[in-house]
Amino acid sequence: MATIRDVMPAFELYQPSSLDAALALLDQHGENALLLAGGLDSMDWLKDRLRTPRVVIDLGPIAELRGIHPSGGGLEIGAMTTLTDVVRHPVVREKFGILVEGAELAASPQIRNQGTLGGNVSQDTRCWYYRSGWSCYRAGGNICYADTPTALNREHAIFGADRCVAVNPSDTAPALIALDAKMVIRNRSGERVVDAQDYFIGPGHDITRMTVLRPGDILTTIRIPDSFAGAQFYFEKVRDRQVWDFPLVNVASAMTLSGGSIERIRLAVNGVAPCPVRLTRVEEAVQGRARNAATADLAGHLAIEGATPLQHNGYKIPLLRNLVRRAIRGVERAWETS
Amino acid sequence: VPDYTLIGHNYQTPDLVAKVTGRAKYAEDFRADGMLFAKLLLSPMPHARIRNIDTRAALDMPGVVGIVTADDLPKAPVTTTSAADKTPPPNEVAPEVALAREPLYEGEPILAVAATDECTAAAAVERIQLDLEPLPFVIDPLDGLRPTGLSARKEGNVFVGRELKTLRWTDADFAQIAEGRFPMNAAHSEQQQFGDLNAGFEEAALVLEETLYQQSTSHQPLESRTAMAYWQNGKLYLHGSTQSVARTVPSVAQWVGVPESDVVIVSEYCGGGFGSKIPGAHSMAIPALLAKKTGRPVMMRISREEETYIGRVRPGFQAGVKIGFRKDGRVTALDLFIVQDSGPYQRQGDMQLAATVASLMYQPLAMRFRGISVATNTPPRVSQRAPGGLQGIAMLEPVISKAARKLGVDQVEIRRVNVPTAGSPFGLSNRQKVTSAFVREALDKGAALFNWEERKVRSGKRRGSKVTGVSAVVSNFMSGSVGYDGLVMIRPDGTLAIHQGIGNLGTHSVIDTARVAAEVLAMPWDRCEVVWGNTGRHVPWSSTQSGSQTTHAHSRANHAAAMDAKRKLQEIAAMDLGGRPEDYEVGNGRVFRKGSAGGVLTFATAARRAIELGGKFDGHEVPGQVHAMTKSSVKALAGQGLVGVAKDEYPRDGLTYSFVAGFAEVEVDVETGAYRIVDYLAVADVGTVMHPRSLGGQLHGGAAQGFGHAATQRLVYDKTYGVALARRLHYNRPPTILDVPLAMTWDAVNLPDPYNPVGAKGIGEAAIGAGAAAVLCALTDAVGDGLVGRTPVLPEMVLAAIEAIRPTNDRLTPYI
Repeated sequence: MATIRDVMPAFELYQPSSLDAALALLDQHGENALLLAGGLDSMDWLKDRLRTPRVVIDLGPIAELRGIHPSGGGLEIGAMTTLTDVVRHPVVREKFGILVEGAELAASPQIRNQGTLGGNVSQDTRCWYYRSGWSCYRAGGNICYADTPTALNREHAIFGADRCVAVNPSDTAPALIALDAKMVIRNRSGERVVDAQDYFIGPGHDITRMTVLRPGDILTTIRIPDSFAGAQFYFEKVRDRQVWDFPLVNVASAMTLSGGSIERIRLAVNGVAPCPVRLTRVEEAVQGRARNAATADLAGHLAIEGATPLQHNGYKIPLLRNLVRRAIRGVERAWETS
Repeated sequence: VPDYTLIGHNYQTPDLVAKVTGRAKYAEDFRADGMLFAKLLLSPMPHARIRNIDTRAALDMPGVVGIVTADDLPKAPVTTTSAADKTPPPNEVAPEVALAREPLYEGEPILAVAATDECTAAAAVERIQLDLEPLPFVIDPLDGLRPTGLSARKEGNVFVGRELKTLRWTDADFAQIAEGRFPMNAAHSEQQQFGDLNAGFEEAALVLEETLYQQSTSHQPLESRTAMAYWQNGKLYLHGSTQSVARTVPSVAQWVGVPESDVVIVSEYCGGGFGSKIPGAHSMAIPALLAKKTGRPVMMRISREEETYIGRVRPGFQAGVKIGFRKDGRVTALDLFIVQDSGPYQRQGDMQLAATVASLMYQPLAMRFRGISVATNTPPRVSQRAPGGLQGIAMLEPVISKAARKLGVDQVEIRRVNVPTAGSPFGLSNRQKVTSAFVREALDKGAALFNWEERKVRSGKRRGSKVTGVSAVVSNFMSGSVGYDGLVMIRPDGTLAIHQGIGNLGTHSVIDTARVAAEVLAMPWDRCEVVWGNTGRHVPWSSTQSGSQTTHAHSRANHAAAMDAKRKLQEIAAMDLGGRPEDYEVGNGRVFRKGSAGGVLTFATAARRAIELGGKFDGHEVPGQVHAMTKSSVKALAGQGLVGVAKDEYPRDGLTYSFVAGFAEVEVDVETGAYRIVDYLAVADVGTVMHPRSLGGQLHGGAAQGFGHAATQRLVYDKTYGVALARRLHYNRPPTILDVPLAMTWDAVNLPDPYNPVGAKGIGEAAIGAGAAAVLCALTDAVGDGLVGRTPVLPEMVLAAIEAIRPTNDRLTPYI
């Protein structure tokens, strides 16, 4: 059978207006259904005819999945809230600037108008072998095409590879981990809440999924607690272009200071491993230390311990080291983007 | 520059409102009764022989109307006049055909299915059983030269003229490559030389030898090459996306196998081509052939993925250069050796053009060019904006900058001492001269506007993690041809129609050059209509919209046609009002007697008189020297007004080139390797400025495309499997508006070229090399010479150079 890409096949589109209706549809159609949030990831799969669901369930019309509401000192963000709405929200801007930066540096203005926060954290990897439809481990095969001596893998993982060397491409994920966000998941049997850092899973856990979401699950809400509201934040993303590009590496840190010392800190990076990584060892090492160049150097060196580069991504080691240094030390923003 | 009424002034082009409001109809926007949609089946392999195609299951699907394969292609293409009576060489390369029997690259079209809708056509493609025999393939041109290596085609591995031959490098050559050095003594298939190279190097105070890599990049115009075709009374009507219009007729006729007189091309708007849509293409032939076979109109929309495969690619270079400099920076000798990735189908001229551009830019006392045009199983190569010119300037300007640093010569000065002036010689075996070259003037103007003396102090200055680099560069490219036809008509309503056979590819030249006719006839612009974009509306024979030639060529042609109209107006006035023709002048839509009152004839009256007089006046007689296409257009217009028609026979002594001096400042983050362009200025020598706003658009648009070539854009191929990985725009990474400086600036020296009636030269292409080289030179100015001569320069390459870690790629490796 010949292959053709870039033509979307026909499917039945459901546009439920309530979460319960969406969950019922998911239950009814099971594996034949695809959940559509902003569509920035799903549409590629559909256009490439690599996923040919009989049913697409569009979460767009569900009002209860959109919007940002205060909750205690923190916020509850509906998973279908667009990245643009996250970026523009006054409380997010005032208290959780790190999430503004993560969301604002994602993709392009047009994509941020359509793409959602829930979609951004739940998107699949962008490994170009996998996304081209090659039958790799992640796609159910028995090889990683990106991990061979001749493979092109500058954008792939230096940590945590387990057969698959693809990375998680989300820009908001490290910010949410640094903010200690909670992910609220619903299915027909109820609701569960997981920490942001546990929401993402690597190939060792399940090579076919990027998150803990199972068939029948819908990510409904992202809760941002107030524990780091108004803290010292740092976010930086290094990419090839200043817009419409996934991170080569990004870094997010939230810290509180006491005197000149780091009192509490959460630090996460993405683009270096199959899932976003919270650097707990670095956090522990720098806690209580003066926020200075020496502590930053220590953090940078600790961050890259155990890194295993592939043929073309050795640069990610010094890049990660330098970004973690900056996340501790602080630096002028790389340059303004919007 | 004289005080023109229209030339040199900003104005609103007549296509502008339709474009910005979305009312402009591009090829994809047309519909015809009963129209079918076509989808392509593309080769999944980089090289294969088709053993069998089973289309039965597809044809059985409801809604599927027809399929075309290689069997449906015209048996013997109708030869165009230019290709006639040439005896083919014995090992002539089989040319590219619209649908392949032996696909030579991944993504090459094998067949097309027409169905009542696109979904059905795509589903039908999936039902086709394709039996392919995989054949050996070559992705990296150097692999195609290995002593015991494979060849991209069974006939050979290297294009020489119109033939494929076999040429192999030695183990010793590859030992040098393994050390990151281009083997300058390896075998070559082409050579040109002038002057005494050894004497030049002996005279040199500094000799630099560099290994260079210039990437292949796909053209990626925003409008993909969609086409819609239908047949009416034996004629093919084709709505396509083409850079040229008149010149698309013969190439479509050849692809489809019909006489040129049976082809009508409609392409009023073209969403960019950059050299990939110069004439017609196989993507136009396929819907035309399907429409013929099914008897229904056929639309073939080309997706972005298909565009990436069939939309053409700039030839990449793996190269070595040795340049000798005197103490003052004067280039004494230049020895250039280029291995060119030529794709699967034909020799490419880029490498030779790179040498030509270098011979003009640096005026070396002696120069040698050697090259090999290697066949690979990657998408077909074709000219892309400044073919060879971009690669040549982008790889050699950083070497000039490096020499300046080593010699302690100012970056502007080293360029000033080498640049050409009017009449300077260039070219290698066939030495030519340039008609005009005001490069020093451009450099001086740019240095003043950019505050070069103050700016250069910032070179290498560090602020936090940021290091500044600055650059001054020069670029050139051909910018004009001669000998085409102009056609204008004064209608009985007194309006002036300027018929243009050139295309509307977004540069405004289709309108800008029409204004020359209006200027000659002193005609108010609001009473002029430019007729363009449809060969059914009777257009003259024209240049292709390529090689930056249109502005020069068609300002000449339209000038000639308008002068013809003016002479006819004067003759009619003399006939009707007395006196001699030369007693009459034209202005404001009237012919009037010089220096006295009375004796006035309106253009409307003159047009009616022309129709009464017939003969040459209203197009019933056509000058013998114009092209057959022009003749048939005039014949169709005959009797409708006063016709001005002429072939451009104005003199030209030399070849026309334009020049750009580029200035840039970049800021490199030494902790991340990321860099951004802070400022860019382009100062052009384009002869007379025709339309300031569109000139600025070309200088900045070209620069932005050059930034992409230097910094962000790329093709990516997996060499083991021979297939593309960067199949989508976001993997290809053309630059975005946020990758260019907020406030770029431009200027022009505005000195006329002596061999154009209004002094005009083209500009589309010289602009791109300046942008690319300015970034690359500023980058090396900031972080050192380790990055000289490579594109693209990605953040990891900068970081690896700074951190002195193992480079992420070998010096000559393509496709990262």
